[in-house]
Amino acid sequence: MLTVRSLVRLHLGPLDLEVAAGQCVTLRGRSGSGKSVFLRAIADLDPSEGTVALDGRDRNTMSAPDWRRQVGYLPAEPGWWADRVTAHFADWSACRPMAKRLGLDPAAGDWSVSRLSSGERQRLGLVRLLENQPRCLILDEPTASLDEAAMAVVEQLVAEHCEAGGSCLFVTHDPAQFKRISRQGYRLEEGKLVQETAA
Amino acid sequence: MSYVTLDYVDLALAASLLLINGAVSIALSLGLARSLAISSVRMVVQLLLIGLILDFLLATVSPFWTGLAVLVMLGFAGYEAMARQDRRLKGFWAYGLGTGVMTLAALLVMSFALITQVAADPWYHPQYLLPLLGMVLGNCMTGVALAIRSITSALADGKQAVEAQLALGRTFRLSALPMVRSALRTAMTPTINSMAATGLVYLPGMMTGQILAGIDPVEAVKYQLLVMFLIAGATAIGVTGAVFAISRRLSDQRHRLRLDRLTDATAN
Repeated sequence: MLTVRSLVRLHLGPLDLEVAAGQCVTLRGRSGSGKSVFLRAIADLDPSEGTVALDGRDRNTMSAPDWRRQVGYLPAEPGWWADRVTAHFADWSACRPMAKRLGLDPAAGDWSVSRLSSGERQRLGLVRLLENQPRCLILDEPTASLDEAAMAVVEQLVAEHCEAGGSCLFVTHDPAQFKRISRQGYRLEEGKLVQETAA
Repeated sequence: MSYVTLDYVDLALAASLLLINGAVSIALSLGLARSLAISSVRMVVQLLLIGLILDFLLATVSPFWTGLAVLVMLGFAGYEAMARQDRRLKGFWAYGLGTGVMTLAALLVMSFALITQVAADPWYHPQYLLPLLGMVLGNCMTGVALAIRSITSALADGKQAVEAQLALGRTFRLSALPMVRSALRTAMTPTINSMAATGLVYLPGMMTGQILAGIDPVEAVKYQLLVMFLIAGATAIGVTGAVFAISRRLSDQRHRLRLDRLTDATAN
């Protein structure tokens, strides 16, 4: 589904990576190794060399907004552009069940963004991304500030997304999570990707 | 027309008022004495020089020398607008963008005014062209500098907000729209406010100058109104041009936010 070929950005690369349809692939690496730089380059938020394609279709053959709608990137700290939570969703009432599943207060839509905790921001950011129905999820440590219950729901949502034919590139630091959510993954070491299998 | 001419003794007498500034600075050790001295000497030298240059220009009425004066004024306005920025575009753009939009605004507004309203003979007569351009450009420059500053810092400080929208597949234009709007509002407000305050809070320098020179006050007011309209027009053109040019320069065809095209805030 998602194919990265000889991607070069800053000190990274050339990097090759493959995420098949229905698959969740993890990406690990020490902090500062360039995981976020890599993810931003995949989402085309920074210029990079090499080819990135979805289902064999090169991203340069479509507009950047089209690409980003299909390859949905969630940064470790999602950004907000309005005061109220609801303003960030196309249809908040349709998102409420998922928010509830993630342990969020159903009234959170009426809150102001400034009062959200980092865990709430992370979960609302994920709901906002999933509302967009991207085909490939690019998640940067989406469970870093979550408790175990919420973490389990996030992992479940990702699994459901993949079962429905989507795919996911999931950044994690936690070896246990790596084994839970994926069969294979990559480590980013000194600007190069090393494949690893969960055993 | 009649007016009282000043001789240099009168000026020296008035200049003695600067001693108050100096005394305050020294008594309270404000450390302003040095820059006060430099600034006042600069003012005297620059104004006397300009007086001599204008004398020459008005005596010759040459399109070449007048054109050169216009270019120099545009050049300094562009430099001044750039000097007021903490974060600048890299390379030629830091200077070129502001200078470009101001040149465009001044060109449009001045040709409109000189062809249709002022109707000087010849149209480039420096007696009309240079003072009008000076006032239009001075105000346009303040607006453009403010516009560049607000859109640049809005995009730089709002990186997360803009990129969050980009990542969800919105266009750059849509993602940056609130910032474009507020920068335009910030940069246009001073001109609008000054129109409301004119005549009540302060008497514009040009108008009072004409009155001092013995012109009928109502005639002076008419000239002042013309100048205010020209300023409003030039500021609107310059400010809009600057905000859109900057937001274009800080993005690319792939709808990315290109803050890498700015220098660091600390570098200047």
